[in-house]
Amino acid sequence: MIMKYRIFIILGMLLQIFISSEYLPKSDAFAYQDTLEKIKSSGVITWGFDAEGGAPYVFHDPARPAKLIGFEVEIVEAIARELGVKVQFFQNAWDSILLSLRRGDFDIALNGIEITPERAQTALFTRPYYTYTEQIVVRASDNRINRLEDLHGKKVGTLYNTEAKRLLEEMGDVAVSIYSGQVEPFKDLSLNRIDAVLVDVPIAAYYAMPNPQLRMVGPPVGEGYYGIALRKEDAALAEELNKIIEKLLRSGELKKIYRRWGLWNSSQEKLFFHEGLLQKYTESPPSVSETTPVGVARFLPTLFKGALVTIGISLLSMMLAITLGLVLAIMRLYGNKWLQMVSTAYIEIYRGTPLLIQLYILYYGLPNIGISLSAFGAAILGLGMNYAAYEAEIYRAGIQAIHKGQTEAALLLGMSRRLTLKRIILPQALRIAIPPMTNDFIALFKDSSLVSVIAITELTKSYGILAAASMDFFKLGIITALLYFGMSYPLSWYARKWEKKLTSHDRNS
Amino acid sequence: MIGIRDLSKEFDHQSLFKGLNLNIVKGSVVAIIGPSGSGKSTLLRCMNGLEVFSRGSVSVNGLKLYGVLERDYNRGQESIIIKNIRRKVGMVFQQFHLFPHMSVLHNITVAPIHVLGVQRAEAETDAISLLMKVHLEEKAKKYPGQLSGGEQQRVAIARALVMKPEAMLFDEPTSSLDPEMIAEVLQVIKELVSEGMTTVIATHEIAFARDVSTHVVFLDKGEIVEQGSPQAIFFNPQNDRTKAFLSRFMK
Repeated sequence: MIMKYRIFIILGMLLQIFISSEYLPKSDAFAYQDTLEKIKSSGVITWGFDAEGGAPYVFHDPARPAKLIGFEVEIVEAIARELGVKVQFFQNAWDSILLSLRRGDFDIALNGIEITPERAQTALFTRPYYTYTEQIVVRASDNRINRLEDLHGKKVGTLYNTEAKRLLEEMGDVAVSIYSGQVEPFKDLSLNRIDAVLVDVPIAAYYAMPNPQLRMVGPPVGEGYYGIALRKEDAALAEELNKIIEKLLRSGELKKIYRRWGLWNSSQEKLFFHEGLLQKYTESPPSVSETTPVGVARFLPTLFKGALVTIGISLLSMMLAITLGLVLAIMRLYGNKWLQMVSTAYIEIYRGTPLLIQLYILYYGLPNIGISLSAFGAAILGLGMNYAAYEAEIYRAGIQAIHKGQTEAALLLGMSRRLTLKRIILPQALRIAIPPMTNDFIALFKDSSLVSVIAITELTKSYGILAAASMDFFKLGIITALLYFGMSYPLSWYARKWEKKLTSHDRNS
Repeated sequence: MIGIRDLSKEFDHQSLFKGLNLNIVKGSVVAIIGPSGSGKSTLLRCMNGLEVFSRGSVSVNGLKLYGVLERDYNRGQESIIIKNIRRKVGMVFQQFHLFPHMSVLHNITVAPIHVLGVQRAEAETDAISLLMKVHLEEKAKKYPGQLSGGEQQRVAIARALVMKPEAMLFDEPTSSLDPEMIAEVLQVIKELVSEGMTTVIATHEIAFARDVSTHVVFLDKGEIVEQGSPQAIFFNPQNDRTKAFLSRFMK
């Protein structure tokens, strides 16, 4: 479910894998203590979650931002009360929550974590505490879609690494837009950029129900369970937590919490009969050797597709950056006072603000004033306009490095300013600018991964999705890194060749 | 052909020229001599609009530029005047300023092709004949970085001549050359002069000035201290400053 996009986290996870328990002599190296005993003796249970994932799970109270609220906060507090301990909050990026759990950063991970066979391999799950279903949300004015089957051939938004996404992909002919945040798919839905959203019921209930422009349609589809994730060896803790969940169910306290958040439905009755629910996961857990080798090869087409998107976006935005950058540089160097001011302001603002914010404003902010760009358009515009600021400064430096005698000689030959710039100054400035431009292009190429925040599935996002699904961050990571390198190296190689060709005549200058 | 009236110019808040007058007759060869910093280069640069000046006027073949404090025309008109003056006056710099990214041939043809609209083939024929004139026809395909300083300066002369100027300004054309290359450049200038080209040359080559010029101007601290025929200036200088300057060259 919930996921905030963070490439750094994913890259960090690669590192984590190296240093995590798998490659180190495990817990016994650090005088292992049973987690349940530790919780009881210290009087504190440490809970890992991601508040950025958002409502209604765990989030900052808009009225008092220092306070965390959400139905999961209430569940954890009830559990702590039953254990007779206090809760210590541990904020952790959702993407890496199970890895941090395994590393020992916290005792339990409880944050809308769907129990899946893949996850059951790396973590121990308690009995489910919530039955989620997937909910279709459409625009209130749209009555074409009434059930899951109606989604065929439509553009449907969903969240990264969720059961809903898997469900949509199994349908085959659905154009799936994958989002990292929960707010964005609903935003794009109201802006007509997509036809429907399919997400876990709690998210739909919280975001779509109060919005008069949207409506939930059809019966709930799919069904799965949220469980509390523990470290594999914490069987004693699992047993204790299972008892507490049972108690909270029987006493009706869980029902009360879910009611309060509008999350109670008939599916929750199944929580009482949990024994049979998880059988399908325990009967034949797919072994690592079975999934991984087949898996990696199977993922290649998706990665290649992501790589193509990366190339397309990078090339188009670099073309924009070069053109706009040149215009800005010329405005700044040769324009009148006003043009100079405009150019300087542009450069300073674009260099002084994060690309991510610029992308958000372009894609999600502009619709507020009536301009709605496609995701691809916003990505190219965002990257291109941002890099134009850097290119402008590179060209300016390049142009200023040309001796003023060159301009004078050209002017005295009767050339106009324009002709002088085109024939004499720019070709020479270009030579100076090639190395920093190459640098920038490679940087842009890698920065293109940021556009995944606006629902574009390029290479890094494809990697994140595949890696989170298969938990194989290592091999997929190496493959993805190789793909990036394979695309950027020819670029620097060509740039070097080009530069060499241009400078081959300068023996003594 | 070139007339300078009451030229005043400030440089770094200090006045350089204080009402300078000079007349350059068509077909004459004027050598401007004087110590470094005396204003030789600046004076040449005022004649083709590379430098602005505060008062006075410079006229070239009837085209007249005024000092910025006395302008009675707008900037648009001024740039047209400057453009037309530059068509009539070619210039060669101390530092050559060839275009390093273009071959020798291209250096010479770029202006005719793009400014005058001459066909490439025709421009190249012209360029080759000019290269023959400066004895460099075999270097047409080379790039400036592959030439010696003397060769570069000769190409620069050919490049200026291709626009068929009526006068040529040489700004210390041999000052950044190794001694063994000075002669080849001076030889080219000499040949040019012998064809009757109106020439103004700022130079430290006293012997050359004596041999080729028809008129010598001794400039010191922005002021014309003395001018006259080479005979008069070099063999019978009247002013003490002229004498002191020349004594360093003529022993």
